[in-house]
Amino acid sequence: MNLFRAFALITFLAVPAMAADPCCATGDLGLVVERTTGTLLVVDRSDHASIAKITGLGDLSHASLTYSPDERFAYVFGRDGGLTKVDMLTHSIAARVIQAGNSIGGAISDDGKLVAVSNYEPGGIRVFDAQSLEMVADIPMNSKTIGLVDAPGRRFLWVTWDTGEAWMADFSGPKMVLTKLGDIGENPYDAVISGDGRTYLIGLFGEKGVVAIDLWADQPKPVRFLQDYGKTEDDLPVYKMPHLQGWAFTDGQLVLPAVGQHELLWVNREALKEIARTPVHGQPVFIIAQPASPYVWVNFAMPLNDTVQVVDTRTHKVVKTLTPGPGVLHMEFAPRGAEVWISVRDANKVAVYDTHSFEKTNEIAAQSPSGIFFTARAHRNGL
Amino acid sequence: MRNLLRHILIVVLFGTPASAGVSDQRVLELKHMVLQDCGSCHGLTRKGGLGGPLTYEALKDTPPEVLESTILNGIPGTAMPRWRPLLSEDDARWIVKYLLKEEPQ
Repeated sequence: MNLFRAFALITFLAVPAMAADPCCATGDLGLVVERTTGTLLVVDRSDHASIAKITGLGDLSHASLTYSPDERFAYVFGRDGGLTKVDMLTHSIAARVIQAGNSIGGAISDDGKLVAVSNYEPGGIRVFDAQSLEMVADIPMNSKTIGLVDAPGRRFLWVTWDTGEAWMADFSGPKMVLTKLGDIGENPYDAVISGDGRTYLIGLFGEKGVVAIDLWADQPKPVRFLQDYGKTEDDLPVYKMPHLQGWAFTDGQLVLPAVGQHELLWVNREALKEIARTPVHGQPVFIIAQPASPYVWVNFAMPLNDTVQVVDTRTHKVVKTLTPGPGVLHMEFAPRGAEVWISVRDANKVAVYDTHSFEKTNEIAAQSPSGIFFTARAHRNGL
Repeated sequence: MRNLLRHILIVVLFGTPASAGVSDQRVLELKHMVLQDCGSCHGLTRKGGLGGPLTYEALKDTPPEVLESTILNGIPGTAMPRWRPLLSEDDARWIVKYLLKEEPQ
């Protein structure tokens, strides 16, 4: 009788016990790319801890990733053409395909159903079912593709490095509709979409100027502005391409890296005119807006890559200079901006800073860390 | 003893072939640079990216002096910068030898 009662009790209690199991939340997790070893660290943002290491992802130089809408899965885009679906809960690889010879980045559609990959070899774009990783579209471009982003309405946008064109693929209907948005100029090196989904901004390496495409227009087309922006013969050589995912859109302004120079460029977003310049420590690589604040954070190309600067978007002045250590590659903010995680490649660590006190609050060991990606990215378009 | 002397003489006269004119400390820095900074564009496994591949297969038919000059002077009109502000001619010579000899892991 007692045994029976105990058994019933266990059966009865088992369900609530499972529901209380704290295993199943991913909202404060993230992934850190360890690029030389081809591994990913799973990190816990609240605990400032690395909780697992995932191997078997191939060549992760210049790797980036994006998250499923439920923050359960990460889609990792490796240099070797590998597309890997990583399970954030079990810390394991859920699926993996080698979809090209050499790839550079990817994006997930706004509904989370499609994953697109940008390829250098053989070039073009390939689109996959996010569940199965089966290919649903192959879009050859006869060029390396760059600056692939998602746009609202199951659309993807990208530019072509070799041929200087902007393209859009629309998957909202029963058949994909492919549209050339226009010729943009020589060697676009990256592109980014604004958080409101309106502006697709493209940086040119081969000639001067910046290109904006208004995606809210009935017929989106490229508009060239900042005619003098860009590299000239006399500039310093560019040792690292700026990353435009960091182009901050903030308070009616755009902040751009002045290619080859030690400057930030501020542009009035409405008029598309330069309004200020800020001399900074080195050639900017990422310029990232600290959420819910008037500040942007900037890191720099080698050999001046041990430093991070904080710039006030109201005064365009540097308000803080930090030296996290040698080889600062990337910065990722907590979604509400309270802290920033900074990868310090040559010190083999990720440093965590409080954004209000600028104090370093923690360090997490990582092997040659590059990109840091928190799962909150799942809910931001263009990431 | 004689062997040791001979060895010293050889080292003094010819240096270690791969590191002529480059200190041991500099060799470590250059290896790091090839992996991390060349690797940013050419891939950590040197199979190419925005820049072309730097594998033995891709480089073997180009004269070493041309490769050295490409490193130091860049390729105008492309994303390949001139590295002369950061590298000496000895550094460039060492890197070319290293690329032609050593396959990445």
